[in-house]
Amino acid sequence: MTDLLYSEEEEALRSAVRDLLTDRLDPAGVIARTESDAPHDVSLWKTLTGDMGLAGLLIPEELDGQGATHREAAVVLEELGRTVAPVPYLTSAVVATEALLACGADDLLVRLASATTVAALAVGLHTAPGAAFPAVRLENGLLSGELTGIADAVAADLLLVPADDGGLYAVQASSVTVTSQVSFDLTRPLATVTLAGTPAGARLGDAGPAVRRALRAGAGLLASEQLGLAEWALTETVRYLKERKQFNRSVGGFQALKHRLAQLWLEVVNLRAGARAAADALANGEDADLATAVAQAYAAPVAVRAAEEALQLHAGIGMTWEHPVHLCLKRAKADSIAYGTAGAHRTAVAELVDLRAP
Amino acid sequence: MTDAAELQRRTAQLLADHPPATTGRTDFLEARFDAGLAWVHYPEGLGGLGAPRSLQAVVDAELEAAGAPDNDPRRIGIGLGMAAPTILKYGTDEQKQRFLRPLWTGEEVWCQLFSEPGAGSDLAALGTRAVREAGGDWVVNGQKVWTSSAHVARWAILIARTDPDVPKHAGITYFLCDMTDPGVEVRPLRQITGEAEFNEVFLTGVRIPDARRLGEVGEGWRVAQTTLNNERVAIGGMRLPREGGMIGPIARTWRERPELRTHDLHQRLLKLWVEAEVARLTGERLRQQLASGQPGPEGAGMKLAFARLNQEISGLEVELRGEEGLLYDDWTMRRPELVDFTGRDAGYRYLRSKGNSIEGGTSEVLLNIVAERVLGLPSEPRTDKDVAWKDLAR
Ligand SMILES: Cc1cc2nc3c(=O)[nH]c(=O)nc-3n(C[C@H](O)[C@H](O)[C@H](O)COP(=O)(O)OP(=O)(O)OC[C@H]3O[C@@H](n4cnc5c(N)ncnc54)[C@H](O)[C@@H]3O)c2cc1C
Repeated sequence: MTDLLYSEEEEALRSAVRDLLTDRLDPAGVIARTESDAPHDVSLWKTLTGDMGLAGLLIPEELDGQGATHREAAVVLEELGRTVAPVPYLTSAVVATEALLACGADDLLVRLASATTVAALAVGLHTAPGAAFPAVRLENGLLSGELTGIADAVAADLLLVPADDGGLYAVQASSVTVTSQVSFDLTRPLATVTLAGTPAGARLGDAGPAVRRALRAGAGLLASEQLGLAEWALTETVRYLKERKQFNRSVGGFQALKHRLAQLWLEVVNLRAGARAAADALANGEDADLATAVAQAYAAPVAVRAAEEALQLHAGIGMTWEHPVHLCLKRAKADSIAYGTAGAHRTAVAELVDLRAP
Repeated sequence: MTDAAELQRRTAQLLADHPPATTGRTDFLEARFDAGLAWVHYPEGLGGLGAPRSLQAVVDAELEAAGAPDNDPRRIGIGLGMAAPTILKYGTDEQKQRFLRPLWTGEEVWCQLFSEPGAGSDLAALGTRAVREAGGDWVVNGQKVWTSSAHVARWAILIARTDPDVPKHAGITYFLCDMTDPGVEVRPLRQITGEAEFNEVFLTGVRIPDARRLGEVGEGWRVAQTTLNNERVAIGGMRLPREGGMIGPIARTWRERPELRTHDLHQRLLKLWVEAEVARLTGERLRQQLASGQPGPEGAGMKLAFARLNQEISGLEVELRGEEGLLYDDWTMRRPELVDFTGRDAGYRYLRSKGNSIEGGTSEVLLNIVAERVLGLPSEPRTDKDVAWKDLAR
C-alpha cells in the first residue's frame, strides 16, 4: 500500500536540511547571486553533498552512496523548493544519477555520490518523460552538434550526451563549449552545449531507456520541489496578511482574502498527497508512471497559482526585485514547463488509465 | 492494551459462537456489539474495547471475509457519525446504555433537528423554544427544516433555546428527542431531484423528560460543536479505491461510448480525473495520519474538495451524454432512506450533488473555518456577540 506519510528519519532529514538552509541561504544573497556570473551557490552545494552526503541518496551503498530512496530525496527537494536554492540537486543528484543508474555506470556513480563530480543530462529541461529528444552526431568516435536548454550545465563537470547511434556518452564539460542562455528562472539557469568533434569516449548504454527513467524521476520528484515552493508561498502570505493593516484592520481578516487562502491551502494539501504518492511509487517501482503523471499534472498549476497569489496579495512590495516572491514565481513558472507540462502529463494519464482521446 | 492478534481472536470467537449463515442479522449485530467489536475504540460495555481506532479495520476485514452482515452504515449515517460521538462524550451512563446499542445495530435510526428556517449557517440564532415545567420536564415548540431522514428516524438530536435573555450562544440546550412523541409532525419537503429526502419538522408542545437532556442547561452550543466537528469528519473520511467516487461512472461512460467523445470534453475529463485522484490520495493520507495517531487538519478540507468535484464531474457527465443529457431518469416524488448516487443517472447526480456544498455547513462557511482555525487568520468582526438573543434584529 502506498505510504503517504513521512517517517521519523525523513522528518529528521528535513530538519537537518532546513537548519542548514536557514543558516546559509538568505533571499538577498540568492538575488545578488543571480546577477553575478556564478549563479550557483557552490559552497552550499559542498555542504549539502560533502558533509551531509545528500548527492548520494539514490546511489547504492556499495557505490559509496546512501542507499536511500526517492522518498528521502523528495524531502530534500521540498526544502530546496521552499528556499528556491540555487544548487544543481534535481539535475545532478536525481536526473543525471538516474540516467547513470540505468546504464550501470558504477565508476561515475561513485564520483557523483562523493560529489567530486556534478553531472547534467544534456536533454532540454522542457522534455517530458517518453518524449523525443535531440541527439548529437557521432562520426569516427567524435561527437558534434548543439544542444539547448540544458539546466545547470554551467555547474556541471560531466555531461551525459545522447548521440545519433542511440547511445548515451559521458563527456567532460571542459572539452565542450557551454554558453549561458538568458533564463527565465535565474536560479536554475539554462545553457547551450556545443560539441565540435569532441572525443566520444566510452558508450555508457542506450540513451532511450536511460533518458526516460531519468526524466520520469525528475518529473516525479519535481512535484516535491513544487510542494515546498507552494507551501512557502502560502505560509509567507498568511504571515504577511496577518501583519499588514489597511482600513484599520489586518487585511487577512477580510473574507475575500481568507477564502482565497483557504482554497490555496486545500490545493497544497492535495499536492502533498500527490507528491508523496509519486515519491513512494518511484521508490518501490509500483505504479510509478501513473503516480508521476498524476503528480505532475496537478503540481504545476498549484505551484504557479500559489506564487501568483503570493505576489498579488503582497501587492506593491511583492512586485519589487528585492522581495523574494519573484524568485518563487520564476521558479514555479519554469517548473511548469520542466520535465513536461501539465498538459503533456494529462495526455500520459489518458494513455495509462485508458481514457482515450476522440 | 488490545492488539490486532487479540482482536482477531475475539472476532474468530464471535464467528464461531454466532455463525453468520445461521444467525439472524439483528442477532448477529447485537452479539458483535456485546463482544466489543462494533467500534473497537469505544469503551468496554458500549460496543468497544478501548482499543486504538485504527484496529477497527482488522475486525472489519475478518468479518467481511466471513460474510457477516454489516449495519448498513449509510442508512444510519447521522446516528453513527453525529449522535454517537456526542452521546459518548456528553451522555450520562444511563443514556449511553440506552441509546448506543440500538443506534449501532441500526434498529433505531437517528436524525438531526438543528437547522431552522431562520437559522442555517448562523445556527446559534435558532428560535425553537424549550421551556422547563415545574416537574423538571421540558416543553418544546418550534420548527425545524431540511431534516434528512426524519421520516424514518426513531430518535433525533435536537437543539433548542432555553434562555432568550442571554447572548445567542449561551442560551441553547441539547436534547434527545423521541420522534414518536405527540406533537412531533414530519412533513416531506420535496427537493430539486423530485424526491423528498429531507423534511420539515414541526414541534408543538412536545414533552421531553429532563433525563433526555444531553449536557448541562445552557451548554448546548458546546455540545453541538462535537456533533458538527464529527459531521465534517464523517463526510470526508471514507476510503475509496481509484475511480471509486463520482469519477467512476463518467470514466466508464467515456470508455464505453466513443461516439460521445470530443476534444474539449477530453481535456476537461482528464483534469477532473487527476483532481479526483489527488483528492482520493489526500483522503488516504488523512486516514494514515489518523491510524498512526497524528491527525492533521486536512479533514476540514475534504468535504470542500469532494463537494466541488462531485458537482463538476456530474455536470460534465450530463454534457457528455449530449442528447441523453436532455432527459431525466425519474421525477417521481419518493421518500428514500438514503442518497443513491451510483444507482441513478447523471442528471440526478448533478442535481443532488448541489447539496454537497450546502449540507453539513456550506462551502463558504467551511472556507471561513479553514482560514481561521487552520491558517489562523483573524475572524470576522462580530456585532452579535454580547447582545441578548431576544434583542437581536430579526
Ligand atoms: C441535502 C441537505 C440535507 C440537510 N440535512 C440536514 C439535517 O439533516 N439536519 C439539519 O439540521 N440541517 C440539514 N440541512 C441544512 C443545512 O445544514 C443548511 O442548509 C446549511 O447549514 C446552510 O444554511 P441555510 O440553508 O440557512 O443557508 P444560509 O445560512 O441562509 O446561507 C445563504 C448563503 O449565505 C452564505 N453565508 C452564510 N453565512 C456566511 C458567512 N458567515 N460567510 C460567507 N457566506 C455566508 C452561505 O454559504 C449561503 O451561500 C441539510 C441541507 C441540505 C441541502
